[in-house]
Amino acid sequence: MEDRLIVDFAQAVLAENDRMAAALRAEFDRRGLFCVNVLSSPGAGKTALLERTLADLAGQIPTGVLVGDLATDHDAARLRGKGARVVQVTTDGYCHLEANMVRAGLDALGLDGLRLLIVENVGNLVCPASHDLGEHARVVLFSVTEGEDKPLKYPTLFKTADLVLVSKIDLAEAVEFRREEALAAVYGVAPQAEVLEVSAKTGSGLEHWYAWLRERLQPRV
Amino acid sequence: MHEVSICAAAVRAAVAKAEEMGGRRIAVLRLRIGALAGVVPEALDFAYPVVCRGTLAEGSRLELEHVPVRCLCEPCGKEFSPQGAVYACPSCGVPSARIVSGRELELAQIELE
Ligand SMILES: Nc1nc2c(ncn2[C@@H]2O[C@H](COP(=O)(O)OP(=O)(O)O)[C@@H](O)[C@H]2O)c(=O)[nH]1
Ligand SMILES: [Mg+2]
Ligand SMILES: [Zn+2]
Repeated sequence: MEDRLIVDFAQAVLAENDRMAAALRAEFDRRGLFCVNVLSSPGAGKTALLERTLADLAGQIPTGVLVGDLATDHDAARLRGKGARVVQVTTDGYCHLEANMVRAGLDALGLDGLRLLIVENVGNLVCPASHDLGEHARVVLFSVTEGEDKPLKYPTLFKTADLVLVSKIDLAEAVEFRREEALAAVYGVAPQAEVLEVSAKTGSGLEHWYAWLRERLQPRV
Repeated sequence: MHEVSICAAAVRAAVAKAEEMGGRRIAVLRLRIGALAGVVPEALDFAYPVVCRGTLAEGSRLELEHVPVRCLCEPCGKEFSPQGAVYACPSCGVPSARIVSGRELELAQIELE
């Protein structure tokens, strides 16, 4: 015991990831590219939102998409053919994307000419919270079918959101969605976040989502 | 279960240091974990011995120091310790997004044999 040696660190466990994320962000800034990280539980409607977004913004905003998935490339296949460059990042069972996976995905995607980069994270409201991917903003979706108290159940992730999208709003009536209760939960847990109610199916509210994106695009370089 | 990759990152950094110090074995590894770090302590305990296997940290003990959340209420200019998921200021009731501490996920210290 007497000759034990104590070594102090005080360093972030994810320092490697944080460093790589910072390098990615610097590269995005140099290229005048706005990067958004899209997060939700599985099935909240990330891919459906992006399908519609790519179709509606085709020819207006040069966009690239990285899609994180545990094993399949189904989501990437849904997003192809809509005018954007799309690359699948298979996480091989990892429950979240890490900055090095984004780095590798970008090598395949190529950033030349892009002004918007969208990353669809793995469906998970826990693990992605701690991993910076170099994004400028985080968008967290939760659908009206998931329960009004979702933000209260997953506060750690919601507290990192810049924008919360209440999705599948077309189903609100059918599931007797209690709108005031849900908005109060978002505001209480994530007062820093903007909130929009959208439907990828009917297009309701999407003009506000597009305006939110456009406001954040960087000046052309 | 990203706790496996978190443990692995911590053990990697600790082992690199232990090797630098002449290959001494690691007896204790201390992590500082904020309540908002997004990790489950039990899952860290579970993953730890697995990722230590076959390294200078094999057989070592993991100790966690928990860091509670502190926030700042901007209207009141006062710090407080929130209760529950909504960080409402105890004086004025306004929810705060200014998190002063509680996001830490740090390798704090190791003890070498
Ligand atoms: N009614 C309705 N269904 C939706 C909407 N968005 C997604 N969905 C459905 O919800 C399911 C999951 O959507 P998906 O985009 O794959 O979710 P992801 O796992 O978050 O990418 C699919 O069956 C979609 O058709 C919406 O706005 N309205
Ligand atoms: Mg998807
Ligand atoms: Zn106050």
